[in-house]
Amino acid sequence: MAEASEKIEKKIIDEGLETGSKRLTEERIEKVINEVLSGETGARLKSYTDTCVHCGLCAEACHVYLSFNRDPKFSPAGKVKRTIGEMIKRKGRVSPEFIKEASEIASTECNVCKRCAMYCPFGIDTAYMMQTVRRICHKLGVTPLYIQDTAHSHAVTQNQMWVKEDEWIDTLQWQEEDAREEMSNLRIPLDKEGADFMYSVIAPEPKFQPNLIYQAAIIFNTAGCDWTMPSFPGWDNSDMAMFTGDLEIMARNKRFHFEAAQKLKVKRIVMGECGHAFRSVYDVGNRWLSWSMPPIPMIHAIEFYYDLLKAGKIKIKEKYKKSVTIHDPCNVVRGRGLHEMLRYVIHELCENVIEMHPNREHNYCCNAGGGVINCGPPFKKKRVESNRIKADQISDTGAEILITPCHNCHSGMEDIISYFNVDMHIKFISDIMYEVMEKQE
Amino acid sequence: MTNSANWDWGINDKLVADTNEWKDSYNWVEEFYTSPDGEKIAAVVNMDEAEFNVCVNGSAWEIDTPFEKAWALKFSQDNRLTAIISADMAWTVAVDGQLWENTFDYVWDKRFSDDGKTIAVAVQSDGKYGMSVNDVPWEDMYSFITCMALSPDGKMTSAVVQTVDLAQAEVFKFQEGCYTVAPNGKAWSRNFVNAWNMAFSPDGTKVAAEVRHNLYDYTIAVNGEPWDQIFGCVWCPIFHHKKGTVIAPVRTAGAWTMVEDGTVIWDRKFTQIWHQMVSPDGSKLAAVVAPSYGNWTIAVDGKPWDTTFGEMVSDAVFSPDSNRIAAVATENEKYTVVVDGNAWDQTFDMAWKPVFSPDSQYVASKVEKDGKYFIAVNGKLWGKAFDNAWEPAFSPDGSRLLCRTIEDGKYYRRVVPVSDIVS
Ligand code: SF4
Ligand code: SF4
Repeated sequence: MAEASEKIEKKIIDEGLETGSKRLTEERIEKVINEVLSGETGARLKSYTDTCVHCGLCAEACHVYLSFNRDPKFSPAGKVKRTIGEMIKRKGRVSPEFIKEASEIASTECNVCKRCAMYCPFGIDTAYMMQTVRRICHKLGVTPLYIQDTAHSHAVTQNQMWVKEDEWIDTLQWQEEDAREEMSNLRIPLDKEGADFMYSVIAPEPKFQPNLIYQAAIIFNTAGCDWTMPSFPGWDNSDMAMFTGDLEIMARNKRFHFEAAQKLKVKRIVMGECGHAFRSVYDVGNRWLSWSMPPIPMIHAIEFYYDLLKAGKIKIKEKYKKSVTIHDPCNVVRGRGLHEMLRYVIHELCENVIEMHPNREHNYCCNAGGGVINCGPPFKKKRVESNRIKADQISDTGAEILITPCHNCHSGMEDIISYFNVDMHIKFISDIMYEVMEKQE
Repeated sequence: MTNSANWDWGINDKLVADTNEWKDSYNWVEEFYTSPDGEKIAAVVNMDEAEFNVCVNGSAWEIDTPFEKAWALKFSQDNRLTAIISADMAWTVAVDGQLWENTFDYVWDKRFSDDGKTIAVAVQSDGKYGMSVNDVPWEDMYSFITCMALSPDGKMTSAVVQTVDLAQAEVFKFQEGCYTVAPNGKAWSRNFVNAWNMAFSPDGTKVAAEVRHNLYDYTIAVNGEPWDQIFGCVWCPIFHHKKGTVIAPVRTAGAWTMVEDGTVIWDRKFTQIWHQMVSPDGSKLAAVVAPSYGNWTIAVDGKPWDTTFGEMVSDAVFSPDSNRIAAVATENEKYTVVVDGNAWDQTFDMAWKPVFSPDSQYVASKVEKDGKYFIAVNGKLWGKAFDNAWEPAFSPDGSRLLCRTIEDGKYYRRVVPVSDIVS
């Protein structure tokens, strides 16, 4: 398997990496690396690199390493050695070819999932180091093509998918109209100042999965929620700029998001079923802007559904019959500890829940997260093959349905079940809730 | 500016409309909006499947056929009621029930000049984008538009537009610059990698915007000409309304400071600066700042207030005499009003943008607590709780406050002596 992976790697041509690296000079590389290391990383990176004793305990935590037959170069420490470790050792004097490889490693061989940090006796956060490599590569203009395009979309439109402003509003109005066939007085209230919460989503929803907005509207209207969605930029909570290391664009988008909520005078923001976006709004993006916590409380869909079910605002007609298993998304489980709430919600909705192992905060990453899936078609095969362990893990459950409240997990695992022929379908919580809840006419 | 001199300040309470009755006449009644002078209350109402109208003080607009859709209902500052509507599968603007002549495939982002006389919207037809101002569309249309703006005097519009076609994932072409600013629809001759948020000079001759030269170098461009100075990041510029200079927060070496025409004017740095504003007399420059990570306040001419707040400071406003500043501050998920660094004693579930009396002595705000709305002046709550309320307005002599309130579905226009609230 390790050999196979090397072959795959060699064949991958990514225009963003190729063209970007050809424009580099060694002087520029040295300057940028040292600027980032001295100006942006400080003691944290130094303590990580100084502290690592190369014990290898983190290796068994990494799905990429495990899936590639425990090839040490894919271990967390191995990836550090092949990227930031060399940059530090050589004081930034590395070649354009090295930067190209470092960018590929940091962007496509690490999901910045932080599982390894839990197993390191010193808590060394390899994800942070890989993000630093991405930041350096961003500043050098060497980022995989497709995710770079997504970062450009964020910069222009403040959403991930080049959704134009009229397309966004039109989609909401179209979903509202469609949903009125089912619930005649249903509303998706736009710009309702003073509503209890603003609902924010990621751009793939209006672009490809507007049914998720439809389902959310049915759930919120049934539960009698006082909610709104902004008709203006700030509605998208997603963030690929965070993953390319374009922190300025990340920050700009988070400012749009929180100021949209502030302008609407809502008391909280409820977000859809997305993991990486939660990391951006709850941890990384807000902090870059100097908000140590989100300035307006951020509630992930898991927490919101939990509250609705606990309060009896959504009642279940009949529990879902098919056997289901739960995939814990890294960013809301390791990042926020929502795993027990997630189980409460799923047990309330489903009759037959089979746990996969390991689970909760120990769950393996889907391998789509951290922007890896957004690096696009050139890396698809490598990405899927580097999560064989996940295919084994989910197929061992024998469940018919896999539920995961995260868009990236969905897309990543769709690829895994198809590539490894796992007989399973993937659903969001809202898919199941919509199906089993009591609805008004 | 709102001209409140000719509003009726001579009465006390007036029941304008009982909105309970509306509910019997329509399938549903959407959010209520009230006119700045308090004389009107309106809502989008639904009559049947895909049949909408607007109801004002209990009477629906007289239209031949119901709208297929109506949204973005809002009164202008001169008390006209406007909505974006769809009729015969085409979108336009309705003003007091009269439709603009021009229709489009889509209309959104409705804006008003300060006096309410100019209405501007973003429009799209056949995939071409632009703006329409008082029913006059831009001559030039573009494949993409964002960051629409209307000058406070209503004389200029502007937006960021795309001038070069881009196919999917053409990242290097993108980085050559495909976007620029189009004041009144005429694109600057120079493109940028990105342009955002713009400001208009008070004399109507200049537009300034945030721009990015490549993925890393940010600056401000004025009439298409970027400053020589390059920054790590910039936020929205403003024009100094007396001097005509351009002022913007900029990030250098990981911290924020303030620059005027490219030159640093504050002698200290902050972990964040935004929403800068010049006092009415032009003597002071204030902004929302974070003096240290996670602590927010207002700085005047670079000097922060001693009091800081953990979550957010927003809605800042100078007093008419330029000597005071009021803002909304948030800490531990509770909101309050802070004036000159002193927070009101009470905290609320929400607080709206404060408003100064003409003599700058009083600060009024709409606040919310336990699901009820109140009007507060100088930290004192007026004893009445409302089911809904709008931001208060002072009379020109400052002695009275116009309060627009709903109780049990009844909409009242109330004129209250300020002394009744503060005593
Ligand atoms: S953060 Fe996740 S993907 Fe990256 S090295 Fe650690 S375990 Fe592997
Ligand atoms: S477990 Fe920690 S100390 Fe050991 S190799 Fe991994 S990062 Fe280094």
